[in-house]
This record gives sequence, structure tokens and C-alpha cells, in this order.
Amino acid sequence: MEPLIIEGTAKTPNVKFESEEGLIEIKGRSIPENSIEFYKPLVEWLEKYGEEPKDLTQVNVQLEYFNTSSSKCILDVFKKLETIHKGKNEVIINWHYEEDDEDMLEAGEDYESIIRVPFKMIEIVE
Amino acid sequence: MTFDVNEYYSELSGDNVLIAYKGNVSSELISNVLEAVETRMEDFSEDSKIRKKVYNVLVESLQNLYHHIEELPPEMQKDFDQKFGILVVSKVDGQYKISTGNFIEEANIPELKNKIDKINSMNKDELKDMYKFILNHQRLSDKGGGGLGLVDIARKTGNKLDYKFNRYNDEYSFFNLDVFINAQK
Repeated sequence: MEPLIIEGTAKTPNVKFESEEGLIEIKGRSIPENSIEFYKPLVEWLEKYGEEPKDLTQVNVQLEYFNTSSSKCILDVFKKLETIHKGKNEVIINWHYEEDDEDMLEAGEDYESIIRVPFKMIEIVE
Repeated sequence: MTFDVNEYYSELSGDNVLIAYKGNVSSELISNVLEAVETRMEDFSEDSKIRKKVYNVLVESLQNLYHHIEELPPEMQKDFDQKFGILVVSKVDGQYKISTGNFIEEANIPELKNKIDKINSMNKDELKDMYKFILNHQRLSDKGGGGLGLVDIARKTGNKLDYKFNRYNDEYSFFNLDVFINAQK
């Protein structure tokens, strides 16, 4: 399966989805006015990946900012990962936040309470 | 008496202003404003925690404007841009203040007013529950709005949303929203 690589912009994050390594990464800023368009290929890629996932899928989310339009699309991404996890394949979501960013930590905890996938909260210390 | 938008704007644009804008609200405008405010806050080395909060709340405020601004009827477009909005970011008495304003049709006022009043009546935990409920149960609109912006702003600032509907003519009022972010750690 082809990897999905998208370069980040001022309003959208870097995306690196690698099926061979079972690695899913979303990093940077996610603040587009309309996030549906941006996240559509990500959700579609995961749906396909879910047909034959690796035994372990490592997910790294490291966002500096994300808006409420993105928050729903990120939930859609996590729901696809939840389906993979339900299918007896291991999935871990590593939620990164900067040390003083309580809002970002809380956002991760919100997702953790909705999605049945193990989360690891990782503080980035500068 | 008709509400004087321009006078209101000049009153807002006094001292301690980081940015002031009135006119068409577009995606490009939002990018430019965000970049400018980020640079300004770096210039006076604002604490990174507060900088992030202001940035986050500003994103939601601007995108709320962008998603909800109503296209004005031709007779009002003599005086205002088609998707007219105002934005002023200032720092007053140890608080950042983000003021936004846009025209709203009379018929749409009750729904917005009820929503804000409801948000203002909630404590931190209730806001968290409301946010999670909307996140999990409501679909995004075609424009990408999710009905979460105001809840998110209230959660992140911990302050009440300060608003006013100023009657402009029989069909429209001018909606002002002031959001405050405490700048002390």
C-alpha cells in the first residue's frame, strides 16, 4: 500500500502514513476553515489500511494548534483506528503536548474518553 | 436610532491595539491576521502559554465570523463589503480582548442568544461535557463549521462571553462579541 505523505502548510499539518511500518503521524498546525477536504484522504487511507493492518500501529499526533473544525475530523481519524483496534490489532495513540499547554493535554484526554484505543500522553519538554 | 458601526469601530481601535480590521472576511484575511498577531506577541515576548491561548481563541473567533457572516443585501452593500465583519485585538488591564462584529438577520438572533446564554450559564465541567457531546454527535456543516467554536472559546478562556445585539434596521442587527483572555499566569 502506498504511503500517504502530505507537506504541512501554515494552516494544515504534516502527514506521514506508512503502512509498511504501521506508522501514522500528524504533526504541526491544523486550522483550515474547512477541514473536511483535508482529512478526507487520511480517513480513506486508514479505511484501506484497516483491511490489512500491521500487528502494531503506532500513531503520533503532535499538534501545535488545531481548530474546532479539525477536531471532528481528527475524531473521524481516531474512529478508524478504533475499528482496527477492535479487530484485535494493537493500536497506540501517542498524544504529544508541549509542557505548558494544558489545553492540548485536555484535548487529548477528551479524545481518550471517547475513543476505545490506548492513549499515551507525552509531554514535550524544551 | 441606527447603530453606528464606524463609530463603534473607532471607539474600539484606541490604545493598546494589536490589530484592527473592518471589511470583507476571507480565508486570506484570516491567515494574514493570524500571522500579524503571532508576530506582535513574539515582539513583546508574551508568555508562550498565553500566546497559544490568544492564538487559539483568535482562530475560533475569526472562523466563527467566516462561517456565520451573512451576505448583505445590495442596498447595504453601498456602505459595507458583502461579507462585512470587524475585528479588534487589544490588551487592556492585563487581559487580551478579542472583539468581533458582524451583521445578523433579526430572525437569527434568538437562536444565537440562547446558545450564548446557555454557554455562559455553564461551569467548567458542564462546558467540557457539552464540548464532548457536540464533538461526538454533531456532523460538520458543508462549510466546515461544527457548532463548537463558542463552547471552545468559553472553555479555553474560562470567562463569560460578552455580547450585544445593536439594532441597525428592520432586518438587521449588528452583533458584537467580546472575548477576554487573562494574561496573568
